[in-house]
Amino acid sequence: MKLVNSTLAALRAVRVNKLRSALTMLGIVLGVSSVTVMMAVGGGASQRIQTEMRNLGANTIVLNSGALKSAGVSKGQGSRPSVTLADAQAIENEVPAVTATSPQHNFAGMQLIYGNANWSTLVTGTTPEYLTIRNWAVSRGRAFDREDVIQGSKVVVLGRTVAEQLFGNQSPVGQEIRVNRVPMTVIGELAAKGQSLAGVDTDDTAVIPISTALNRVVGRNPANPRAISGVIIKVRDGANMASAFSDIRQVVRERHGLLPAQEDDFHLINLTEVMRAKEDSARALGILLAAIASVSLLVGGIGIMNIMLVSVTERIREIGLRLAVGARRSDILGQFLVEATILSLIGGIAGVVLGLGGAVAVERYADLGVVLNGQLSLVAMAFAAGVGIFFGFYPAWKASLLQPVEALRSD
Amino acid sequence: MALVAVSDLTKTYMLGQTAVPALRGISLAIDRGEFVAVMGSSGSGKSTLMNLLGCLDAPSSGTYHLAGQDVLRLSSNKLAAVRNTSVGFVFQQFNLLARATALENVELPMVYAGIGWRERTRRAREVLAQVGLSDREHHRPSQLSGGQQQRVAIARALVNQPLLLLADEPTGALDSVTSDEIMATLVRLNEGGLTVIVVTHDAEVARYARRVIHFKDGRVVSDDLNQNIRAAA
Ligand SMILES: Nc1ncnc2c1ncn2[C@@H]1O[C@H](COP(=O)(O)OP(=O)(O)OP(=O)(O)O)[C@@H](O)[C@H]1O
Ligand SMILES: [Mg+2]
Repeated sequence: MKLVNSTLAALRAVRVNKLRSALTMLGIVLGVSSVTVMMAVGGGASQRIQTEMRNLGANTIVLNSGALKSAGVSKGQGSRPSVTLADAQAIENEVPAVTATSPQHNFAGMQLIYGNANWSTLVTGTTPEYLTIRNWAVSRGRAFDREDVIQGSKVVVLGRTVAEQLFGNQSPVGQEIRVNRVPMTVIGELAAKGQSLAGVDTDDTAVIPISTALNRVVGRNPANPRAISGVIIKVRDGANMASAFSDIRQVVRERHGLLPAQEDDFHLINLTEVMRAKEDSARALGILLAAIASVSLLVGGIGIMNIMLVSVTERIREIGLRLAVGARRSDILGQFLVEATILSLIGGIAGVVLGLGGAVAVERYADLGVVLNGQLSLVAMAFAAGVGIFFGFYPAWKASLLQPVEALRSD
Repeated sequence: MALVAVSDLTKTYMLGQTAVPALRGISLAIDRGEFVAVMGSSGSGKSTLMNLLGCLDAPSSGTYHLAGQDVLRLSSNKLAAVRNTSVGFVFQQFNLLARATALENVELPMVYAGIGWRERTRRAREVLAQVGLSDREHHRPSQLSGGQQQRVAIARALVNQPLLLLADEPTGALDSVTSDEIMATLVRLNEGGLTVIVVTHDAEVARYARRVIHFKDGRVVSDDLNQNIRAAA
């Protein structure tokens, strides 16, 4: 009976003091929804890293031509071409932990022309294993095969972005385009992968047989006609990456006839480590977002506090009046507790709903993956509700200790 | 036995380090059915006494028995029950809930008495009718005149059928015609058997009462029967 009365009185107060109720809830709604959105975006970033890692990074080592540093001076990758197709074959044959290699010969910013449309992109000459290693599916047509590599066929597989730029929504399969002025047939289109974490459009690429790249499209390096850009190396799952890394290095050094005192004339990168670094930066981003979310939650909390404290005088008179006509302390406390709880709960639920909506909107319109974290939303809700309940309840609790006249006289 | 029996009641307010004695030892006995006017200059302690009689404040010393009950020894819940059902208080400033209708304001004491809403509404209507406000049930205080607001406040004070009605300058904020109406209402209630204590500055208002008590500096200086009672209008 008493609880029913308190609840009714509280509901009345919520309904009657619309502005105060709305402003209180606004603070809670903003705090909770921003936490929900921020955490969803942060979660999305770390999930994207993990996806990228699965797509490409895990157990992958990249071998590039040229030393990263020569006599202390950075010369950039591929500055002194040294890696050859035979190196790739030797790595696959001699290092047991290696399951596949994919040699690459590529050129960034090569012009592709179809009719009036033209587009510059990264052209990669490689072997069929490339798509397997990168977990990359063909969405239309087919990929080139070993035969195409042996024949040096003039065939090309386009990334989604390139296909779109040259052909719009039309299927590119079977069409003839010019790659660096060489006429080639489009035989397939790659499935869209989207942006990598660095913001690079992974789909802005074209893939051709490595023989075609060396002999016709990209051309050979005059300093070393046998040289290619690099090799992607896949290491068996569960193998020790560090020892595979040093085995590969040893094989290449021997093949290049380097003396122990000489520096590497190639550049070996463990992508797993690169990914780990990216993961660290995603974690930092997550912490930053969490900090922003906490601040907005705090600001929301301060908003709630202000509204509650500003309306206190009026409320204390109300409490005095209620006490004067016979309310017990417990009646007053019950009413204010229920009132603050109702406001906080409605605000909290609205905040979670708005936050989820916001996260979905970010996913759809900003094209950023998000991962919803219900637990964190609940924590934010509990915090906001705690602030709302405390500041709604505490002044009432203090006022209920006053003599009725003292409360009535307050100003 | 007197309905109201106070002896040696004192109240001293503390303003920082200075003690402000508002009541310096009041002893009074008021019987059931009396109509008492309390008069005295401003600051003489009238409101202080009323608040103590209404259990809205605690005295510094002395005793107070209401209907034989030692109210100063009651627990806070029992005291709430006394405020709720034994005493009705009418304030100079009305003190209505601004955002509630007349009907809801009158229902408020019954909410705390644990009376069901059906019965509440019925009784609130009845009492509002007694004070002549049947057609104003759903008006908010801001939509009522001062006299009407005070009659809502009286209805609220009466709705739990108290033993004692305390009115602290109930007509202080009203013009003389309206104040006559309010006083007429109180006289009528007193004739029905209710004990009424009214604080007033206005000798005309005091003439309605059968007994007039004068205050000065926190003490009773005279306590007389009114030889010249004014009939209710
Ligand atoms: N809350 C308070 N704190 C300090 N002093 C107070 C307080 N309330 C009243 N007083 C003092 O107590 C004395 C009596 O005040 P009280 O309000 O009882 O006077 P009153 O007779 O009702 O006057 P009035 O006719 O103006 O209403 C006054 O001197 C007043 O200043
Ligand atoms: Mg006074």
